[in-house]
Amino acid sequence: MASETLIRVCMGPAGIAAGGKQVIEAFHAALVDAGVSAQVRERCSSHQVGCMGLCARDVLVEVHQGDVKTVYQYIKPDMVQRIVDEHLVAGKPITEWLVDEVYASFYRKQIKVVLADCGRIDPEDIDAYEAVKGYEAARECLTNRRPEEVIEEVKMSGLRGRGGAGFPTGLKWELGRKSRGDDKYIICNADEGDPGAFMDRAVIEGSPHAVIEGMIIGAFSMGARNGYVYIRAEYPLAVERLKKALDQARTRGYLGKGIFGSAFDFDIKIKLGAGAFVCGEETALIASIEGMRGMPRPKPPFPVNRGLWQKPTVINNVETFANIPAIIRNGCGWYAGFGTDKSKGTKVFALTGKIKNPGLIEVPMGITLREIIEEIGGGIESGRPFKAVQTGGPSGGCIPASMLDIAVDYESLAKVGSIVGSGGMIVLDADDCMVNVAKYFVQFTQSESCGKCVPCRVGTKRVLETLERITTGKGKEDDIERLEKLAGGIKAMSLCGLGQTAPNPVLSTLKYFRDEYEAHIRDKKCPAKVCKGLLTYSIDEATCKACGACLRACPSGAVSGEKKKPHRIDAAKCVRCGACFEVCKFGSVNRE
Amino acid sequence: MAMVSLTINGKKITVPDDLTILEAANRHGIAIPNLCKHPQLTPFGGCRLCVVEIKGVPRPVASCTTPVNEGMEITTVTEQLEQHRKFVLELILSDHPNDCMTCESTGSCQLQELAYTYGVKGQEYAGERRTYAKKDGNPFIERDLEKCILCGRCVKVCQEIQGVEAIDFGYRGFKSKITTAYEDDLNCEFCGQCVHVCPTGALTGKLWKRKGRYEGVKETDTVCPYCGTGCNITVHSKNNEIIRITSRPWTWNEGFLCVKGRFGYPFVSSPDRLTKPLIKRKSGEFEETTWTAALEYTASWFRKIREEHGPDALGGLSSARCTNEENYLFQKFMRAGIGTNNVDHCARL
Amino acid sequence: MTNSIADIEGMEVIFIIGSNTKETHPVIANRMIKAYRKGAKIIVADPRAVPMVKFSELYLPMRPGTDIALLNGMGQVIVQEGLQNDEFIRDKTEGFDAWKDSVRDFTPERVSKLTGVPKDDIIRAARLYGGSRKAGIFYTMGITQHTCGTDNVKAIANLATLTGNIGRPHTGVNPLRGQNNVQGASDMACAPNVYPGYQRVDLPEVQQKFEQAWGKKLSPKPGLTTTEMIHAAHDKRLKGLYIMGENPVLTDPNQHHTIEALKNLEFLVVQDIFLTETAKLAQVVLPAACSYEKEGTYTNTERRVQRVRRAVNAPGEAWDDLSIIIALSRHLGYPMEYRSPELVFNEFAGLWPALGGMTYDRLKGRGLAWPCPTPEHHGTEYLYKDGFPKGKVPFVQIAFKEPAEVTSDDYPFILTTGRNLYQYHSGSMSRRVPPIEKHAGRAYVEMNRSDAERLSVADGDRVIVSSRRGEVTIAVRVTNQVSAGTLFIPMHYAEAAANVLTNDALDPTVKIPEFKVCAVQVTSAPKAASLATGG
Ligand SMILES: Cc1cc2nc3c(=O)[nH]c(=O)nc-3n(C[C@H](O)[C@H](O)[C@H](O)COP(=O)(O)O)c2cc1C
Ligand code: SF4
Ligand code: SF4
Ligand code: SF4
Repeated sequence: MASETLIRVCMGPAGIAAGGKQVIEAFHAALVDAGVSAQVRERCSSHQVGCMGLCARDVLVEVHQGDVKTVYQYIKPDMVQRIVDEHLVAGKPITEWLVDEVYASFYRKQIKVVLADCGRIDPEDIDAYEAVKGYEAARECLTNRRPEEVIEEVKMSGLRGRGGAGFPTGLKWELGRKSRGDDKYIICNADEGDPGAFMDRAVIEGSPHAVIEGMIIGAFSMGARNGYVYIRAEYPLAVERLKKALDQARTRGYLGKGIFGSAFDFDIKIKLGAGAFVCGEETALIASIEGMRGMPRPKPPFPVNRGLWQKPTVINNVETFANIPAIIRNGCGWYAGFGTDKSKGTKVFALTGKIKNPGLIEVPMGITLREIIEEIGGGIESGRPFKAVQTGGPSGGCIPASMLDIAVDYESLAKVGSIVGSGGMIVLDADDCMVNVAKYFVQFTQSESCGKCVPCRVGTKRVLETLERITTGKGKEDDIERLEKLAGGIKAMSLCGLGQTAPNPVLSTLKYFRDEYEAHIRDKKCPAKVCKGLLTYSIDEATCKACGACLRACPSGAVSGEKKKPHRIDAAKCVRCGACFEVCKFGSVNRE
Repeated sequence: MAMVSLTINGKKITVPDDLTILEAANRHGIAIPNLCKHPQLTPFGGCRLCVVEIKGVPRPVASCTTPVNEGMEITTVTEQLEQHRKFVLELILSDHPNDCMTCESTGSCQLQELAYTYGVKGQEYAGERRTYAKKDGNPFIERDLEKCILCGRCVKVCQEIQGVEAIDFGYRGFKSKITTAYEDDLNCEFCGQCVHVCPTGALTGKLWKRKGRYEGVKETDTVCPYCGTGCNITVHSKNNEIIRITSRPWTWNEGFLCVKGRFGYPFVSSPDRLTKPLIKRKSGEFEETTWTAALEYTASWFRKIREEHGPDALGGLSSARCTNEENYLFQKFMRAGIGTNNVDHCARL
Repeated sequence: MTNSIADIEGMEVIFIIGSNTKETHPVIANRMIKAYRKGAKIIVADPRAVPMVKFSELYLPMRPGTDIALLNGMGQVIVQEGLQNDEFIRDKTEGFDAWKDSVRDFTPERVSKLTGVPKDDIIRAARLYGGSRKAGIFYTMGITQHTCGTDNVKAIANLATLTGNIGRPHTGVNPLRGQNNVQGASDMACAPNVYPGYQRVDLPEVQQKFEQAWGKKLSPKPGLTTTEMIHAAHDKRLKGLYIMGENPVLTDPNQHHTIEALKNLEFLVVQDIFLTETAKLAQVVLPAACSYEKEGTYTNTERRVQRVRRAVNAPGEAWDDLSIIIALSRHLGYPMEYRSPELVFNEFAGLWPALGGMTYDRLKGRGLAWPCPTPEHHGTEYLYKDGFPKGKVPFVQIAFKEPAEVTSDDYPFILTTGRNLYQYHSGSMSRRVPPIEKHAGRAYVEMNRSDAERLSVADGDRVIVSSRRGEVTIAVRVTNQVSAGTLFIPMHYAEAAANVLTNDALDPTVKIPEFKVCAVQVTSAPKAASLATGG
């Protein structure tokens, strides 16, 4: 029994942050002490496993004994000794540390295609990848199929780009193949600048070979001999793993000349991005690889016709590529079996915000928002009423609680004014101010605008100024109209996707939460009590104990009072910082 | 080259297939407003004013970058498009000093002209304006970047034509700005190509300041007095003083000049200029004299030497900086007037 | 230039030898850069890593004065690899076989030794130039200002002849003229051996034609060139000199010699816009109008005759040169009366068929490039479209000679001179432009980093550069633009005049002095000297 024991410790980014490394060290020490170290299989040892998804519960530890898997949550190094003693030595799992029901439903609704291997295999070991049929798909394509057949397979699978726009991948490859030119390029977009998304990093950290294999198949299909992975420099672990994986693939002859003994040559270079959001836009990305400032170019011409160095170029997202090997291995029919009529397959989402189980999830397209939030996400963490979910990051919109039953796919989300985007999903509850949420995203797009075109550079600034005005109580009667006019103009006239979608967070909140805007502007009130500038503070004389805490905390001398007499706030002097509210131990400061 | 047929505003035209919609329209006399496109530079696509509607395409598209296609049906003016253009102009002007009264470029500013045409004042979306305290200390080019609309022309001309790459876009968002490396003072070839292509008053010549704009200014088309390239220049003068030199875009030099041609004119009004004939006295000092006296004195010397030593004891050196007419007459004077072939110029030097 | 400036844009290969195009002809460089952006390959051969190198496919850093070796060597490779244009050679040239024999021993190995250019680069350059039928050659003073200047030009012509890269669009042998109207001054025969339009003074029928036109008996004896006149003045054979708009004290080689020569004259009259170094030596100085103050025509380097127009009036009592010559002639008793420059133009247009079709009216707009023989003719954008003037183009055999002055232990550096971007010629104009003076108002000598280290001088230090003829004190600019062992001084600065140092040895044919190569030594300037001459 003991000889088959395997321990896996989450060492994804969240796992590392939660102390995964120390947990591993603690296991090593404890196992040696307990004399059971010889029974741990080193290869699948608790070493560098990619992200498993439920990072909120890190550090997660799996104990496999034969077919039995036990999963612990929130493990700290000092808890390891007890696991070794009671579970491994005494054979009694520690029930109070086990993952709960939430953890189970977290997995029930998910289907893992892209994330299938993440966390299961050692991402730094090409053998581990090959053991799960890695590179079989590429070998099959290069040795047994014609490029046109591969393209047909991808087309039939219904796979659409996961980078945001949802363009059919097979069709893009076909355009790339048909575009004339000897020199062609294929680029993997791993810029991932959307503030709420981290699935691309997880995929590269967890299964870099899958991305490489997808790129080989894509390159073969379109006829590219050179590939790039454009990855942000802020992802050092992903970069390092990718580099290792590329070296391993090269050593095996899966990259380079005559891949798999075929006549096909292909290799991949890594290009580090400086972390500008707009560099994820494909034409800006190309400019950046060419050594110029990352600024989008008008399309047409499209990259498939004139891309990198003016040559035909196919650009796909990390997740898009990671889907390819499974599609080839299992057939297009299998993949198309998931999802809806027009949105096939599965999609990875980064579930964050006021949710019980934040983390990466992979679900079939067409699943309802309710299933995601209530069943996978476990509902609202605070217990406060659910208000809305923001999807698609800075380019997306907010979907109100009343629409929880809509399907999550490209068409349905677009219909309600949001997008699937790269898969960010932020859950908001009653404590979130929708004007403030819109402001947050506009702030982001404004500061990330490349500055090239007027509507985006100046227009978003004007939107931001208006939102700032509204959230500080200086909103004017016609500000909503002004926002709508600006938003319309910016959408219609911006050059690239960044500007064209930048007004979406504003437009969707205006559509579903107009009353909140009106409350800010007309009543000078923030219903969610978020916008500091709109809050008024007063002291409840009945409960005030005259302790003087608020008086000391107030930076502007607005609180007055003497010993044993209830204190008072002078509204004229109050700067609305909320310091008094924070310090009062008796709940006597009212905030409205 | 293949030709394609399309219609613009209902007019059927046939053009080479490598043109953009904007080029095709311009070739057929249809103007489309724009600020960032310059005929000598690759298109940028940033100002968005040149948008047009194409039948079957849902969004307005930038005509400066979209290639023509067979059968396209294009409309350049609709209520919606004009609304969009006004919107963009409103935004540009909302971040502009709007001090045309004292701006060097009044009257030759494309932004001003469009604002005028569309009746836009920039108040609709008033808000924060970029302001810069630091002034560029280079001696040639005034860079008033508060007036810059980030059309990118200067960046392009410096790279594509001049090959210097002294400036580029810097920062992001509303703070975006055309900058030099490390925001140092401009230190480049000072060709002024960027000044030439700038559609606004952001880039002007430091020498031009407060010298005159259009009222009372005379423009004279002539040739640069410096190197043998012979660039065509336009001399702007007011009250008998040269106040500015430019070059027209349709000259063979395409409006491009070098630092000497564009900014090298102040020697004309140098206090060192000779204004009276001079004769050297015994003391070795020069003394001002009249033309008659100077010419008669010179002629008498020429006569004396010719009589005493023959015409070949005299020689003449003319200048590669004088006109053909002057050179012709100079050698004619030496040959026919004096009687010697001792005449040369410094072509060799 | 045989071809036009706009024509450059369509070239596939641009071979620049001895021309710092980006600084001396910036707007022509713009065209080259445009061609480069369209894919043209640029070859730069120059002792200095001039700014155009940035755009070059190939840079050949040759030792100064070894152009002929390089050009012959490229010719040898072209023949060796069979890249020559056989059809062109058969139909339009003569002397190919003899020439071929004459370059046989210019093997890449030997040429590499002579020029210092790596062997493979010589071969690559030959392949690039020889492999294209849309290739143009460009050169300036870097080619002509040598004792072998004429031979250099012929060696260039040989290459163009060999490949047939002449007489068609996007080809040509293209000398870039230094001053705005060098072309026109040559055309107008301010030259001792020809009348306007290169019509020889020693041909009786020509003499007769001009005697008739000018109503005066003319001398059949060719006169003296500029440099010869200076030598003659020095020897007191020349007694009187009339200088219009020139400053030989600064622009001629061996300045001390020039000043002595001018002082030896009995009479010197200088007509200029400023009291130049030369004018100061004159007995009479006549104030002239500058370019912006007069009417007339200039002919640029592509033979384009263009109108010059008056924008402002000349200051004070300054007259335009035309009026001065007319008045002086009147005083001398040879009246030449013209009411306008246009009448002068019409007179010489009638005497030289190449301008026969030009009138002021036709020159409006962009001007016309000569030849333009008839009123219907549109001018000639590139020469030799319909064949060559003398029927067949000869190949000229050219032997390689070392420059007149070579380095020695005492004078271990080779000095070359030239211009920089901002200043112009003797500086009489550009040095009176305040922003230019502010930006580029200090003389400097460019020195390679390794030499600077060896002599332990730093950027900005002052040194004394001396040759067998004189010395200047000057600030060092440490750079890798010049190669080790070579120095460069721009010619514009009177306070550190390069021509104090240069050699007045002449090319035997066209009498151009060897500005480009002379031997010098460098010593560090005493501190006192740097104070005295500082700034
Ligand atoms: C402002 C902006 C940022 C973008 N950022 C990314 C990104 O970080 N990653 C990505 O894959 N696609 C991004 N895209 C989408 C890409 O332009 C492109 O559509 C995508 O990489 C194509 O791959 P796909 O077809 O596989 O989705 C961005 C687009 C815009 C307009
Ligand atoms: S929309 Fe924004 S990010 Fe896109 S090109 Fe315009 S300014 Fe740049
Ligand atoms: S003056 Fe010329 S070199 Fe300088 S920034 Fe402008 S375009 Fe560039
Ligand atoms: S300085 Fe002038 S040319 Fe340059 S971006 Fe600004 S407005 Fe355009």
